[in-house]
Amino acid sequence: MAESSWQAAVFDTIKSSGIELVAYVPDAGHSALIENSIRDLDIEDVVLTSEEEGVALCSGAWLGGMRSLLLMQSSGVGNCVNMFSLPRMARTPLVIIVTMRGEYAEFNPWQVPMGSATEQTLRLCDFQVYRVERPEEAAETVQAAIEMAYGSDLAVAVLLSQKMLGRKKWVK
Amino acid sequence: MGEMKKAGGSQLNRRDAVREIISGQPELAIVTGLGSPTWDVAAIDDRDRNFYLWGAMGGAVSLGLGLALARKDLDVLVITGDGEMLMGMGSLATVAVKAPQNLAILVLDNGLYGETGMQQSHTARGCDLAEVARGCGIADSWQVSTIEELQAVRERVHTRGSVRLLHARVATDDLERVMPTRDAVANKLRFRAAIDSSQERQREDI
Repeated sequence: MAESSWQAAVFDTIKSSGIELVAYVPDAGHSALIENSIRDLDIEDVVLTSEEEGVALCSGAWLGGMRSLLLMQSSGVGNCVNMFSLPRMARTPLVIIVTMRGEYAEFNPWQVPMGSATEQTLRLCDFQVYRVERPEEAAETVQAAIEMAYGSDLAVAVLLSQKMLGRKKWVK
Repeated sequence: MGEMKKAGGSQLNRRDAVREIISGQPELAIVTGLGSPTWDVAAIDDRDRNFYLWGAMGGAVSLGLGLALARKDLDVLVITGDGEMLMGMGSLATVAVKAPQNLAILVLDNGLYGETGMQQSHTARGCDLAEVARGCGIADSWQVSTIEELQAVRERVHTRGSVRLLHARVATDDLERVMPTRDAVANKLRFRAAIDSSQERQREDI
């Protein structure tokens, strides 16, 4: 997959922000970030069976003083809801980057229920929520999220809009 | 219903099991799963290197994995129960992929959901968590149901090599609840000071 410049810029940002662990459930929108994390020998890449594992994993990493990042699709937010009580109770910083589905030119109706509820769910769970609509804002927004989470011991979510990510190609 | 391999009948006292595993290991960082394992560890030794979960069911092993990856110099032991482990079963597959050599898991399996009224769990009805762990790729996975068996495997639980899982079938006694702090922030600060991560690793740009 050809890497667009905003994805390279996001990876540079997470490196310069001190992120040393990247956890993810495989996702097309995050594929460049995932591949870069696997290739980078200074980053622990952790493939999860469910996004909620990543919430606890990131809290554990912070107990050990390590900065981390959790990548998921909007459907994954719903899998995490009760586990979000852990960073809230322990005030461990958490940064998640969410690729949105079900909000723009969506082909699969099953993505719509959770995609429509993603942002409100995160706000109910006490997240600061940043949305990215334009590629040139992505790296700066991710940097701001990391600074806020680790500066203030908060949970911060960056939502990458489906319009920016582009239509999923269903026919191969 | 056909005959199935079940939990039940073990005479192993869960707190004897915990005491046997954690005594003489002052450096060990311990993460407990919610419910009885939290009370057990608090009852045996409310040490600064304990991080207790009172919720976040299914997250104990993942939390321990994150800690183990962040601090490879530290030996981490997750102590949890069968119900909590069942909810976080996928985390065993994740742990097996990373195979951190400084992580061990102790599952105290009484076959019951103790906090909710002693209803039977899946391990009382056929599910074998040591086999689940092995199937996930955790080869160093052992099952014990007596204190002698536990003593025999104790050193292997504490010996680095790969991730290790000890599945202890324990008695169903409902023991006194010894409750540690419920304040996870206080617990976090105490724990991080004890393992010396109270300061984030120094970076030039902060």
